[in-house]
Amino acid sequence: MSVISAQQIKKTYNPKTIPVHALRGVDLNIEKREFTAIVGPSGSGKTTLLNIIGGLDRPSDGRIEVGGKDISTLSDNQLIDFRKKYIGFVFQAYNLIPVFTAKENIEFVMLLQKRSKAERDARVEELLSAVGMTEKIDKRPSELSGGQQQRVAVARALASKPTFILADEPTANLDSKSTSDLLDIMANLNQEEEVTFVFSTHDQRVIDRARRVITLDDGVIISDVNID
Amino acid sequence: MLVKLAWRNIWRNKRRTLLTISAVAFAVFFSSFMNSFQKGAWDHMMNSVVNSYFGFGQVHKAGYFEEQTLNNAFDPTEAKSQLGNIPEIRDAVARVESFALASYDKYTSVAFVIGTEPGKEDKMTELSTKVSSGAYLVDSEKAILIGSKIAEKLNINVNDTLVLLGQGYRGVNAAGKFVVKGLLTFPSPELNKTMIYMPLQTAHDFYGSEGMVTTLALDIDNKEEAIVALANLKQNLDTSTYEVLNWEEMLPELQQAREVDTGGAQVMLFVLYLIIAFVLLGTILMLTKERMHEFGILTAIGMDKKKLASTVWMEILILGFVGSMVGILLSACIVYYFYTNPLDLSIMGEDAVKTYESFGVEPIFPAAFQWDIFFTQAMIVAILTSILSMYPIIKIFKLNTIAAMRD
Repeated sequence: MSVISAQQIKKTYNPKTIPVHALRGVDLNIEKREFTAIVGPSGSGKTTLLNIIGGLDRPSDGRIEVGGKDISTLSDNQLIDFRKKYIGFVFQAYNLIPVFTAKENIEFVMLLQKRSKAERDARVEELLSAVGMTEKIDKRPSELSGGQQQRVAVARALASKPTFILADEPTANLDSKSTSDLLDIMANLNQEEEVTFVFSTHDQRVIDRARRVITLDDGVIISDVNID
Repeated sequence: MLVKLAWRNIWRNKRRTLLTISAVAFAVFFSSFMNSFQKGAWDHMMNSVVNSYFGFGQVHKAGYFEEQTLNNAFDPTEAKSQLGNIPEIRDAVARVESFALASYDKYTSVAFVIGTEPGKEDKMTELSTKVSSGAYLVDSEKAILIGSKIAEKLNINVNDTLVLLGQGYRGVNAAGKFVVKGLLTFPSPELNKTMIYMPLQTAHDFYGSEGMVTTLALDIDNKEEAIVALANLKQNLDTSTYEVLNWEEMLPELQQAREVDTGGAQVMLFVLYLIIAFVLLGTILMLTKERMHEFGILTAIGMDKKKLASTVWMEILILGFVGSMVGILLSACIVYYFYTNPLDLSIMGEDAVKTYESFGVEPIFPAAFQWDIFFTQAMIVAILTSILSMYPIIKIFKLNTIAAMRD
C-alpha cells in the first residue's frame, strides 16, 4: 500500500477574486522508503503539493490519503495531531526554535508526543549521532552554522519516528560540502530508519541523489522518473 | 519544557522585557505605596479620633445623636445591665456631655464639657496619657482637665481656676468654678481646641443631672468586634428607647471624606493602570507579530494550538508576575520603613503644621503595612495581563499555519 496517495488534487488560490490555479489535478503515489524529489520551476506547484501532502494546507478538490487515511477532511486540530504522528518537516530556513539547544529542539517534538524522559534521551543521542552533531548537543541554533542547523532540523524531523519526511528546498541555503553531508545523512537515515523522504527542490545535487524524480509544471505532473 | 520555552522566550529581547517588567513594577510599587499611605493616614486619623474619644460604639437615648442636648440624657441602669451579656464589650464609660462657656480673666471660649468616670475613661481612651502637664483626675474631685489649645486661648494654666457657665439638665442654670488640674494634648487638634473633662459626679453637680448620662461609650477592642457587639446589643436593647451607633455613624463626615479621597485615588490608579495596560499591550503586539512565523512552525511540527496559546499566556503572565513581585518587594521595603517611621510633616515647618491642623489633622502620616494591599495590586496586574493575553491567544487559535510560516 502506498504511504501517500493523491488523486486528482487541485488547488486554487483566491477562487472568488483572481483565481490562481496552483495544482490542476495531480495524481501521485509514494511508496515506503522512497527518496523522491519533486522538481520544477518556481510557481510550478511544488511547495503547494508538499503542503497538501503534509496536511498544512487543504486541496480545493481531490483526495489525499496518508497511510490509507483521507486527510483532506480532517479538522485543524486533527491535522496538527496527524502531522505530529506521521510527518517530519525539514524547511529551507531550518526553522529551529531559537531559544532551545540542539538537544531540546529534537526532544521537544517527542515531548509533544508525551514520550518518557528515558526514551527521549536515548532518541536524542541516537539522532544527534546519526547526523554527526553529538558535540553540539548544547548549542543553540545561533551558535551553529547553516549546515549544522539543517542537520539538527533533520534529526528533529526524525525524532517522532514519522512515516515520511517532507523537505522543502532543504539545501537551498547550504554550501556544496554541507549539502553533500546532509544528503549522505538523509540517504543513510532513509535506509536505516526506513523513512520515506520527499523533497521539493531546484538543487541538481539533490536531484542527482534522488531515486525518483517527479517534475511539475504549471500545476501538473509532466514527468515521473524512477532512477532505480 | 513548556515553562522553559516560555521563560527563555521572555528573555529573547532583554531590553523590552526589562522595560515591561519595570513598567509593571512601577505600577505595583506606586499603587501599593499610595494605597498604603492613604490607608495608613486615614486609619491613623480614624483611630486617633475613635480611640481618643468616641470609642467603636456608643449607646444614647433614642434621638440624642440628632439633637445633642442634656435634655436627651437617660438613666443608664437598664442599658448597662445588657452590656454584661456581650463578651466583646469589655466595659462602658458613662458620660455627661454638653457645651458651656469657659471663662478665665478677660478671655471666654466655647467648650465641650464632658463628665466622665476617670478610671474607666483612662482604661478605654488612655486619657491620662494625654495629660501634657499637671495630673489626671480623681473620682468626684471638683477639678477639670482642659485641652491645650483652649487653655492657650484662655491663657489659663494648671492650678488656675476656670469659670464654666451653661445650661443644665431640663433648663437649670449651670455655673461653677473649677481648678485646672491638667492640660490635655490630643493627636487631633480639633479636640485640643474644645475639650474639657471633669469627673462624672462633678458634672452631675454642675449640670444638675444626677443619675443621668448622655452617652455610654463602649470599650471594644477593634472594628471587627464592634460589628458583632453592636449587632448583639441592638437585638437586646429596645431601639425605640435607645440608639446604638458605631464609630462610622458617629463620624459620617470623616467617613465621607475618606471615601471621596479614596475615590480620587482610585481614579488616579485607574489612569495609571490604563497607561501600564498600553505598555503591556505594546509588548504583546510586538511579541505576537515577531513570533507569528515561529507559531506557524510550532503548529506545523505538531504543537497543538491550546499548548501554544498556554505557553504564550504563561510568558505574559510571567512578565506580569515578575514585575509585580519586584514592585511588591520594593514597595514593601519602603512602606515598612514608613510604617515603623511615620512621615512627620512638622519638619516642614510651623506653616505646614498649621495647614494640617486647620483641617483637624495631625501632620503625621504612617503607612499601613498590610499584605493585602500589595497582593491586591498584584492581582490587578494578573487580571490585566490575563485580559491582554487574549490577543495572542485569539491570534493563535485563528492561526493559519501556512500564512504564519510565510510571515
